[in-house]
Amino acid sequence: MLRLEKRPQPSRLWTALTPILAVLATMVAGGLLFAALGKNPVEAIRVIFFDPLFNDQVASFARPQILVKAGPLILIAIGLSMGFRAGIWNIGAEGQYIMGAIFGAAVGLALYPMDHALIFPLMVVAGALGGWLWAMIPAILKIAFRTNEILVSLLLVYVAEQILASAALDLLRNPDGGGFPGSRDLSEWDTASNLELIAGSGMHWGVVTAFIAVIAAYVMLSRHILGVHLRLAGQAPRAARFAGVRPGMVVFLCFTVSGVLAGLAGLFEVTGPAGQISIDFNVGYGFTAIIVAFLGRLNPIGILLAGLLMALTYIGGELAQFMLGLPAAAIQAFQGMLLFFLLALDMLSNYRFRLVTREAV
Amino acid sequence: MTSALLRLSGITKSYPGVRANDDVSFEIAPGEIHALLGENGAGKSTLVKAIYGLVKPDAGQMTLNGERYVPAEPRAARAAGVAMVFQHFSLFEALSVAENVSLGMEDPPPRRRLAARIREVSQAYGLPLEPDRLVGDLSVGGRQRVEIIRCLLQNPRLLIMDEPTSVLTPQEVDTLFTTLRKLSAECTAILYISHKLEEIRALCDAATILRHGKVVGECVPAARSAREMAEMMVGTDLTPPERSETRPGAVMLEARALTLPAATQFATPLREVSFAVRTGEILGIGGVAGNGQDELMAVLTGETRAPAGTLLLGGEDIALAGPSDRRAMGLRTAPEERLGHAAAPDMSLTENMLLTSGAAEGLLSRGFVRWAAAREAAEKVIETFDVRTPGPAVAARALSGGNLQKFVVGREVVQSPPVFVVNQPTWGVDAAAAATIRQALMTLAATGSAVVVVSQDLDELLEIATWFAAMNEGTLSVPRRVATLSLEEIGLMLGGGERPGNGPEAPPDATPPRTQAAEAARAQA
Amino acid sequence: MSPELLIDALIIAATPILLAAIGELVTEKSGVLNLGVEGMMIVGAICGFAVAIESGSPALGFAGAALGGAALSLIFGVLTQYLLSNQVATGLALTLFGLGFSAMIGQGYVGVVPPATPKLDFGPLTDIPFVGPVLFNHDLMVYVGIAIVAGVWATLRYTRAGMILRAVGENHDAAHALGYKVIRIRLLAIAFGGACAGLGGAYLSLVRVPQWTEGMTAGAGWIALALVVFASWKPWRIVIGAWLFGGITVLQLNLQVAGVKVPVELLSMSPYLITILVLVLISSDRRRASLSAPAELGRVFHAAG
Repeated sequence: MLRLEKRPQPSRLWTALTPILAVLATMVAGGLLFAALGKNPVEAIRVIFFDPLFNDQVASFARPQILVKAGPLILIAIGLSMGFRAGIWNIGAEGQYIMGAIFGAAVGLALYPMDHALIFPLMVVAGALGGWLWAMIPAILKIAFRTNEILVSLLLVYVAEQILASAALDLLRNPDGGGFPGSRDLSEWDTASNLELIAGSGMHWGVVTAFIAVIAAYVMLSRHILGVHLRLAGQAPRAARFAGVRPGMVVFLCFTVSGVLAGLAGLFEVTGPAGQISIDFNVGYGFTAIIVAFLGRLNPIGILLAGLLMALTYIGGELAQFMLGLPAAAIQAFQGMLLFFLLALDMLSNYRFRLVTREAV
Repeated sequence: MTSALLRLSGITKSYPGVRANDDVSFEIAPGEIHALLGENGAGKSTLVKAIYGLVKPDAGQMTLNGERYVPAEPRAARAAGVAMVFQHFSLFEALSVAENVSLGMEDPPPRRRLAARIREVSQAYGLPLEPDRLVGDLSVGGRQRVEIIRCLLQNPRLLIMDEPTSVLTPQEVDTLFTTLRKLSAECTAILYISHKLEEIRALCDAATILRHGKVVGECVPAARSAREMAEMMVGTDLTPPERSETRPGAVMLEARALTLPAATQFATPLREVSFAVRTGEILGIGGVAGNGQDELMAVLTGETRAPAGTLLLGGEDIALAGPSDRRAMGLRTAPEERLGHAAAPDMSLTENMLLTSGAAEGLLSRGFVRWAAAREAAEKVIETFDVRTPGPAVAARALSGGNLQKFVVGREVVQSPPVFVVNQPTWGVDAAAAATIRQALMTLAATGSAVVVVSQDLDELLEIATWFAAMNEGTLSVPRRVATLSLEEIGLMLGGGERPGNGPEAPPDATPPRTQAAEAARAQA
Repeated sequence: MSPELLIDALIIAATPILLAAIGELVTEKSGVLNLGVEGMMIVGAICGFAVAIESGSPALGFAGAALGGAALSLIFGVLTQYLLSNQVATGLALTLFGLGFSAMIGQGYVGVVPPATPKLDFGPLTDIPFVGPVLFNHDLMVYVGIAIVAGVWATLRYTRAGMILRAVGENHDAAHALGYKVIRIRLLAIAFGGACAGLGGAYLSLVRVPQWTEGMTAGAGWIALALVVFASWKPWRIVIGAWLFGGITVLQLNLQVAGVKVPVELLSMSPYLITILVLVLISSDRRRASLSAPAELGRVFHAAG
């Protein structure tokens, strides 16, 4: 008989190993899923995971796209991971991402068609501010009234989507757009555009910011007392209060970091890859980033790798859609499955199985 | 002997790294009150869990009334006539007394009949209980009565009681013993688990002594001295800590009519708590669990803010200061709960140093952790207090209770704080570690610190404290010199017979009738 | 619009979240927080829709939806109860997976019209002025929803099974010590919650809309979660909350149709904003909030020894 038993302390080996096992398990289960849809599972997995990188025909287009997609995922996930470590569940990053984009774009569009070197930095600040303000709603409600931040932050995503619709259809609509919904194309306005920094790399300011965020988060978590306090607040809330960590401060800090980073991700997206505010501007990065954060073990370096991997499945998914007719939703289910396997295997780092032989009693 | 009710032979149970029970054999006769004696960690709990069907032994046999007894689960044990009162009660606070009783029975009668039965049994055995009250509203003694009645309603042949008196006042203990003797006379056997020797000598017909999972002796308690049994239990000679005389100095920590409303429904409000501790002195605060000690402790650590002006450290008002500020000002604390409060279970000992040490101790510079310094600090605590662990990189939860306790107390004591407040310093700690900790507290006071020890262990307080005060229903009695106190007076203090402003709002079951002695003690104070 | 029609629309708008919320209430009473309601609802929506189309029977559709929701919830159950995963994260995973999975199997069903769910025939009762249309002019699921609430209320209050469920949610270690099968009881509660969420989802796709579109639950599952908090874990308050919410939804839709001079987006976001407002009001009442929540909500249970 197998029994689960708590390890005296978490296993480092398994902590590192579980994401890899989870990816492999997801490949197998995903293959079965694709087979059920009548696709060749081996081919589907190959198209999703290998072709974007190594297929000569598509790689030149697909490789830069990986950074384009990984940028916002990593940026948002780094912010979320701070909160998840501290037991603060901001799951409304999608809304903060939208608000960051709207705020940043609105500031830029208000100054259109001026040309000044400070316009783009100003938009970046406005984007961060938009995400931060939107994140402050659940944060302040939690601090002042102990309102559940999970529900509030999530419900605000739907509110943000309505604001986005309103912005695309009315407030920020392109006056020269012939009545079509959507704002001016910011990516075509040099002053406010966030284009590739190195041609063919996919590297734009958002990706640079994401790398900076990874490094800053790594330093903070491993070297600074704030990192210790965040973990403490998540693992042992009473011990955190005993140590003098103020719970309200932790909530404020976590929502500030995650809101600002999600807002920045939105701003860099709207000025670059997306180009404009439109009704379908948001594509779920805020939710996929939750998977990225967990897949990366809430560890900045892990998140960097997980973000790249998840971006790969996005590109690969699109490729599979195009080449094999695999439904777009399949890749979403695939990503959800990955999180399941990760959570299921997670206990290996904290628990171990023991074979119990029953003697006659 | 076929007359035995329960016979254990060769019971063995191992956990990773520990053999909790090693070839344990003994028997209990019908109606016998049998003591199971041993230190914390000697394997008593595992053994009774096996008898109650919560743990499956790896080897060994049990017979009940001569028949093979293999309880697969507590339900089977109860069906066979074995009932158990847990040390940490298995009660549901948001449910009523009747519902709690019903949940512990196999075939509970309908509501109304059950309520009537509860009243009946509670009268017959002198255990007052209202079936409709929420368990969360009861005192700790009341909760224990719920557990006992839950057992008695099943007419058990064997009643297991795990450390039942650790939460009771001396008066409540007397009542409990009367109940147990009555049960014994009605031929119900009782397996009585304790490490309190005087109690066992007063109550039990036979005793089995466990050490490191093995039976190391059996005796008739009344025929042995407490010291003899203690030495069997611990395995070595016991030396009481040295008490050195120090001259008390200035008042370091003072509470002035500290009043605080209850934060939640089941919490205790603090009512006009006042005390003053001087350098060189130890103030012992006793009391039955749940009388406001936790709330007082939270106010002292700074986790709960007190009204301005009610708490002074060296004459300065600290009522509104947070835990870190207080530590900086010289007030260090160690809460009762080791895992999750005084230490973070999944963090290493080095990381746990950072809970109470920071820039002032040289572990931080500009907010950045100096890991090497933190590790050294942890090593110093480990060495000074003989904490048994492979090293400071080990997670706190991997340490045994006694070793972790030495660590969390030592972490503060090595800083020689001007004021140190500790709650339950030796709860669940083996005798050797307890002695180390008590000695450290006394040395700390002797070297000029003011120390407050909150504890439910009276013997401990009487051993180390200079002053004694008791908490009852959120009030604190006037501190008295330990040297001049009699046990009876202490009992009255614990029961609330002597306290400032003894109001009529106290529930009747918590307030014993005022006696002349109480009045006399009051006059003396 | 006549008041009868408004009330009818209100009840139809309220039923999906009523079903999902009463299921979640049972799950939470057992001490488990399943944040995957949205995912279970949408999987229920597509399962119910697909089964109803393939079989031509809405009744079979609802049965399929309940099964689908329960099956999905059991993934959550196994992960959180046996593999001891974090309940918040696992619930989120359930939602993310459910959204993707439902969109995937729903591909062939976009734009298809489902068989109509008939209203129950109460004969002459329906013709009573006002009372008839309000009380006796609904489909079976409306009454099933109310019946489930009544059943949950009576079970929790009067039966031993209900008492055990509450006990497990209140103190799992004590329940375990008394010999109750904590994990088994919780799995049952989780499956019940999943089945109810599935029914709620199917009510959206088969009755309320009635059509299949990707992501059609649009936050209904999260509102159901908020409703449980609003109801302070008391079954009948779920009905009140669901009807209030249904009323707001119907009202804002009617205002949109009527062309009131308020931006459409503001009206569309109003149900979410009002839900947040209600959450704030409920949670600011500290005493009550701490009293009614099951004590073990969201905590991991691992029997030692």
